[in-house]
Amino acid sequence: MKKVAESKPAATSSGNGSRAIIRIEGIKKTYVLSAENIVHALNGVDLSIHQGSYVAIMGPSGSGKSTMLNILGCLDRPTAGNYWLGGDNVATMPDDELSVARGKKIGFIFQSYNLIAQLTVIENIQVPLFYQGVDLARSHDRCVELARLVGLGDRLDHRPAQLSGGQQQRVAIARSLVNDPIMILADEPTGNLDSRTGTEVLEMIDHLNADGKTIVLVTHDDKVAARAHRVIHMKDGVIDREVLNRPGAPAGS
Amino acid sequence: MVGFKVISSVKLGIKSLLLHKLRSGLTMLGIIFGVCSVIAMLAIGEGASYEAQEAIKKLGSNNIIIRSLKPAEESQKSGNVGRTFMLEYGLTYADGARLADTIPGVSRVLPMRIIREAVRFDQNEVPCQVIGTLPFYQEIVGVDLLRGRFLTDYDELYQEGVCVLTMGLASRLFPYQDPLKMSLKVASSYYKIVGIVRERNTVEQRSQPGKLTEEPLDNNIYIPLSTSRSRFGEVLTRRTAGSFQMEKIELHQITVQMKDTTAVETADPQIRTLLKHFHANNDYELIVPLELLRQARQTQRIFNIVLGSIAAISLLVGGIGIMNIMLATVTERTREIGVRRALGAKKRDITAQFLVETVVLSIGGGVVGVIIGVITPIMVTHLSGMKTIVTVPSVLLAFGISGAIGIIFGLYPANAAAQLDPIEALRHE
Ligand SMILES: Nc1ncnc2c1ncn2[C@@H]1O[C@H](COP(=O)(O)OP(=O)(O)OP(=O)(O)O)[C@@H](O)[C@H]1O
Ligand SMILES: [Mg+2]
Repeated sequence: MKKVAESKPAATSSGNGSRAIIRIEGIKKTYVLSAENIVHALNGVDLSIHQGSYVAIMGPSGSGKSTMLNILGCLDRPTAGNYWLGGDNVATMPDDELSVARGKKIGFIFQSYNLIAQLTVIENIQVPLFYQGVDLARSHDRCVELARLVGLGDRLDHRPAQLSGGQQQRVAIARSLVNDPIMILADEPTGNLDSRTGTEVLEMIDHLNADGKTIVLVTHDDKVAARAHRVIHMKDGVIDREVLNRPGAPAGS
Repeated sequence: MVGFKVISSVKLGIKSLLLHKLRSGLTMLGIIFGVCSVIAMLAIGEGASYEAQEAIKKLGSNNIIIRSLKPAEESQKSGNVGRTFMLEYGLTYADGARLADTIPGVSRVLPMRIIREAVRFDQNEVPCQVIGTLPFYQEIVGVDLLRGRFLTDYDELYQEGVCVLTMGLASRLFPYQDPLKMSLKVASSYYKIVGIVRERNTVEQRSQPGKLTEEPLDNNIYIPLSTSRSRFGEVLTRRTAGSFQMEKIELHQITVQMKDTTAVETADPQIRTLLKHFHANNDYELIVPLELLRQARQTQRIFNIVLGSIAAISLLVGGIGIMNIMLATVTERTREIGVRRALGAKKRDITAQFLVETVVLSIGGGVVGVIIGVITPIMVTHLSGMKTIVTVPSVLLAFGISGAIGIIFGLYPANAAAQLDPIEALRHE
């Protein structure tokens, strides 16, 4: 497995360059539950992620991994700090612009797949395009191609309930690609899958990275993290340490 | 682009609603009943008042009708009980002349004598009303001449023994023969039949004052007023419960035709004052169709408001039902909302999505309600014979309200959905 991860990046190394597509400066996220009970979910995080890199975030439960990923995914705004995403400062964006940023620049893969139950496979893949006002009839072929890419070309009209967990996660991967995002965020994408299907999904993600997609993935599993170029260990809302899996991979900040 | 988004949103809304067919159906039912009852109730109200108004209109909105009334019981008892005595009351020829001379705006004054008698031909005997009147009765009251001719000035001048029958009476008296040129017998005199008419409407259809829904009496025979005067005399005898009752009465009714409706309004109080002056014992009544029409319309307006409000309340209840279901749906689909937000949906996209669902529910209910609401009055008419009128405004009103209810009661749940925090929504369940 490690071989796959290591043999591929050669193709992307040229694309890596030194251009950071994501830059985070002094990000804090504070939840004020009551006057005495204040939670610092993130307590000053600095991070840069370069084009084409594959980053895993690890750390004990409650260390702020999901909070971090939510902010990276423009689902949440930090209490303090700046977040530059492809040239825009997301930290100060109004809600509608955050929605547009998510729709155009981010692809999400969730632990629990999160497909929409009343829609078919192909319709689920189309959802991000719908909110960008793309003509679904014209982009239909592309969506079919994506479904084929994840091995579901023959299940276009199935509903999520008619698919296995692995298949659902593959639909979710196709969906995360449809808007051609700057980066793909995955919060424990294999957490609900058995090890074999989990491996399949991870291999698919490896392929995406090999084709130049930037991947940020949260995991508890060392084997999963081993596929990434960079592993960021978090603790109590700050980055504890960073490990480079691949010699020559660009380091943070 | 916008059109495409709207169409896909509606499709998506329908798809989501079809996921819970029973629930959506039950929710729609509230709107269906509401819309249906608005339309049906207004149709029934409209029909009822239309009939009343038509009846009044036939009396002639330019006319003022004065009828003789027998004075109240107490004043009669003052006479000798048990013996024959004479009761003198009612309108007089002098009243007619005074009305024509003194009231401004009067076009014509039509006197009538109405006597209940049996008419005989051969073996047939039919009780009827013998109406002595003038030739222009035909124009003022409105009768259609079917055969022959109506009374003429010549008949009046020479007190001719001629008569005109109503259609119903003619067919009852002459089931087999042609009535024209035949003679029939009323009391002790003979009258030659010169014409047959069909009544459009007369005040005699109303056996009681103020009541508008009497069976039409189609048993009328018209004779010249002069003939009625000479053959029946001024004193009429009536047999009542074993004793004779004599009445002296000149005219039973005077119909005053005014030039126009404004003249009717000014003449109404003037006629009242005039009559009051000459008839101290209140032996007459005044019927002003225009006034009745106005009252009927006023009544209908109130009726419509009451019916409409009741129906609107049921629509309101339907709307609350929709809101209730939509709130439950939003809770149930919190996760979906979170996913959609993560995939790029703005708040207003979420609002639109849920709003579309409520509007689809209420418009769908509205359409079905309109269909049932149009059919119901037809069924009512078919089964009970009651007249109903489905008006276009009532359909538009009901449909409009149902659409508005969809938006008003959908806004809150849709907004609640849009305001959900995407992260919390994603974490839901
Ligand atoms: N909405 C919130 N309100 C209050 N506290 C919160 C909220 N969200 C997260 N937290 C707190 O922030 C901290 C970080 O949470 P986070 O979900 O990022 O942890 P995590 O590293 O993803 O943990 P896990 O591995 O269990 O998923 C936790 O202490 C959590 O209790
Ligand atoms: Mg987490």
